[in-house]
Amino acid sequence: MEERALTFPQILLENAKKYGDSRAAIREKDYGIWQSYTWKDYLDQVRDFALGLASLGFKQSDKMAIIGDNRPQLYWGLAACQCLGGVTVPLFQDAIHKELHYIVDHSECRFALAEDQEQTDKLMHLKEEIPRLEYIIYDDPRGLQKYKHDWLIAFTDVQEMGRKFGKENPNYFTNAVNEVKPDDLSIISYTSGTTGNPKGVMLTHRKIAVCSRGFLEWDNLGETENVMAYLPMAWIGDHIFSYGQALCAGFCINCPESTATTIHDQKEIGPTHIFAPPRIWENILTQIMIKIEDSAWIKRKAFDYFMKVANRVEKKRIANESVPLIDNILYTIGDFMIYAPLVDNLGMSKIKVAYTAGEAIGPEIFEFYRSLGINLKQLYGMTESSAYISMQKDGDIDSDSVGPPAPGVEIRISEKGEVLYKSPGNFVGYYKNPEATAETLEDGWLHSGDAGYMTERGHLKIIDRAKDVSKLTDGTMFAPKYIENKLKFSPYIKESVAHGMDKDYVAVFIDIDYGAVANWAERRHIAFTSYTDLAQKPPVYELIKNEILKVNKSLSKDSKLKNSQIKRYLLFHKELNPDDGEITRTRKVRRKFVAEKYGNLIEALYTPNQDNVDVEATFTYEDGRATTMTANLKVRDAETF
Amino acid sequence: MNEKVEPLLRAENISISFGALMALDDVSLEIYPGEITAIIGPNGAGKTTMLNIINGFYKPDAGRIIFEGKERSKKMKSNRIAAQGIARTFQNLALFKGMSALGNIMVGRTMMMHSNIFSQALYWRFSQKEEIEHRVAAERIIDFLQIENIRRTPASMLPYGLRKRVELARALAAEPKLLLLDEPMAGMNLEEKEDIARFVLDANEELGYTIALIEHDMGVVMDICDRIVVLDFGKKIAEGTPDEIKANTKVIQAYLGKAQGDNT
Repeated sequence: MEERALTFPQILLENAKKYGDSRAAIREKDYGIWQSYTWKDYLDQVRDFALGLASLGFKQSDKMAIIGDNRPQLYWGLAACQCLGGVTVPLFQDAIHKELHYIVDHSECRFALAEDQEQTDKLMHLKEEIPRLEYIIYDDPRGLQKYKHDWLIAFTDVQEMGRKFGKENPNYFTNAVNEVKPDDLSIISYTSGTTGNPKGVMLTHRKIAVCSRGFLEWDNLGETENVMAYLPMAWIGDHIFSYGQALCAGFCINCPESTATTIHDQKEIGPTHIFAPPRIWENILTQIMIKIEDSAWIKRKAFDYFMKVANRVEKKRIANESVPLIDNILYTIGDFMIYAPLVDNLGMSKIKVAYTAGEAIGPEIFEFYRSLGINLKQLYGMTESSAYISMQKDGDIDSDSVGPPAPGVEIRISEKGEVLYKSPGNFVGYYKNPEATAETLEDGWLHSGDAGYMTERGHLKIIDRAKDVSKLTDGTMFAPKYIENKLKFSPYIKESVAHGMDKDYVAVFIDIDYGAVANWAERRHIAFTSYTDLAQKPPVYELIKNEILKVNKSLSKDSKLKNSQIKRYLLFHKELNPDDGEITRTRKVRRKFVAEKYGNLIEALYTPNQDNVDVEATFTYEDGRATTMTANLKVRDAETF
Repeated sequence: MNEKVEPLLRAENISISFGALMALDDVSLEIYPGEITAIIGPNGAGKTTMLNIINGFYKPDAGRIIFEGKERSKKMKSNRIAAQGIARTFQNLALFKGMSALGNIMVGRTMMMHSNIFSQALYWRFSQKEEIEHRVAAERIIDFLQIENIRRTPASMLPYGLRKRVELARALAAEPKLLLLDEPMAGMNLEEKEDIARFVLDANEELGYTIALIEHDMGVVMDICDRIVVLDFGKKIAEGTPDEIKANTKVIQAYLGKAQGDNT
């Protein structure tokens, strides 16, 4: 077998040679029309920009920050930086000043690429405090006409400089690309983490390329795939999926017009491969449920009936049992009437394979999509492993495991029950943080921090974060995320935080889904003014009580978890928000932080007969300003079995 | 103000009355190219009347309008004036309700279309080319105002704030030399106001539009306007830069009433 290129600049050169103008590499919806760029265009754009960077003095192993929504220019910037032997540092576009400051300062970025005025403003603010940041390059010039600085340059101007530089130094680009070695760093991906400062995960060209190819081979994906590039570029998931896989396979990525049009744009593109965190699957489900609730009686009944059929059939299919003839017939009718039109409406009718990753997904949500006929599978990965640890195989699906180890990965469970793994994608270390690296990486085994075990079928099953799994006072195992994910199946519940460590019973904070509950309230003519007001309405408490009832019913059927039914609950006065530090940007609950900040609320949940509690809340805006308000929250008992 | 710059529009000694009510009494004002001019004043001061005279909907009883150095004939019809390059938005929305946002914006461009209804219906070469040109222009405005996600949504299904934005889009689509905005931010919440203020500023700074607007939110007016004209009971009581207006005692009196001790 021929040797395959292991650096992204080489892979890009190969793609441009192989496909030239014959295949689209990247599409962007602009002015209402999909504009395509072929692999040749991709290379031209990258080369010009890279040479422009070189003319500004970009050197090997320089760092470049990238911030903004998914735009072709940002992917080109990423590739250009790597062509010069540089290291990319993608940032979350909604991160607040403090976080950005830490990362840009810690990673020692000399260059930064921003999407638009909003992001440029943030970077200019940072530049005042971090003189090491030399150049800021922006893509969309809108609103930036009046900004005049030598160090602030438009993307196209840098490319123009690059074309000039290229004429004077005709071999520069080829030489630079040849200098890049597979084991050079290609990206430092900062993980927000549930505690402390973000940590910079160092990954190399080889790791990203090997893992990307691992994913592609697992599902037989190739150059004909079509995917939407809509996840934050700072998330390792997008880097592997929209950059690593796209280049390794030579498939086309599609950038939506704006975040608000993603679903509609997806319908036009008809992607064949989707990768999304559970939050997205939850949101889509909520949208579907709202629309069903709003539809005519007959449609609602038909939907309910056929979803029951689909669920029954899917359970048999997952268990690899034969489906009774009558259900097969009903499923065919249901597919014609409900499933196929619904899937088409979601823009998912061409899906070959879809993944959920980044967090545990509730089994009910997972089964919902599968029962519609979408090949949704679970994947377990971490930034530290280039997202490559384990994933489910077609025909061997399980709704609450994450599949067997991926090819080339070894998994071991420590005595304490922690998942350890050796993956070809295992990181080099945390940037400038050898202590944390030593804690995480021991003899090539990476400590995931997740508690889990291997099932009889050889699948890895994740229970929860190891440090979060604990016991109630009566000895019942308490895994908060398991309960939270069950709650999140309800369209009315967006987030929840379960408490129970060393307590007598389980109690929860519930974050209502504002859109869904507001819609529900409007249909019942319940007037409200704000999120806080809506959450405290007695009918809303009743609504959520019924949702908790369903979860308790399902918990009561499991003999091990019977005692971890939810006894008390309160509806939170605000949405959990990464800007306030309650959850991470990838939406993981920061338990310790929440427990400290809302100690009095937790106390109220465990004080019998206390039926309300005051809370003072501070909201942090994106520019770092904060405001305070007080609210009185009701505490209620839930029904248990 | 720089005296050498010719005003884009000059209104000289305008008076108009409706029956016994003197809506405007000998008001003169100038609108300079590339600037944002605000017309402010308490309710009933004659602000909207002034806009209606500028765009030719009302004919003044006395006085004259000079646009681009040429005096406007008294007989000129308002659609001719629109064709000269004056577009406006309304205090109370005036969109075609059943039409999509895009359709409404395309209406703003009809003035510039030349093919007739028959060739449009057949979509022949010339009208096809023309249609595409205008659609490109409309898409640029959609991009500019960030309303991609509602392109196909009928106007009647849009929330109020977005309807106002579509109306602004339609006015921009006409590529006017002078853009008149009648209370573009009325009835909006703070966030929506900030958005519109941003768009008005961008339209001025980036697309180079000359804008005259009526607005009640003093904060917005002081922040985004280059010049302010203050009307009170049909008379102009002040004009100048925001700083000059803030310090003007007549303006303060008009808004807050006379201090009690003045007459004693």
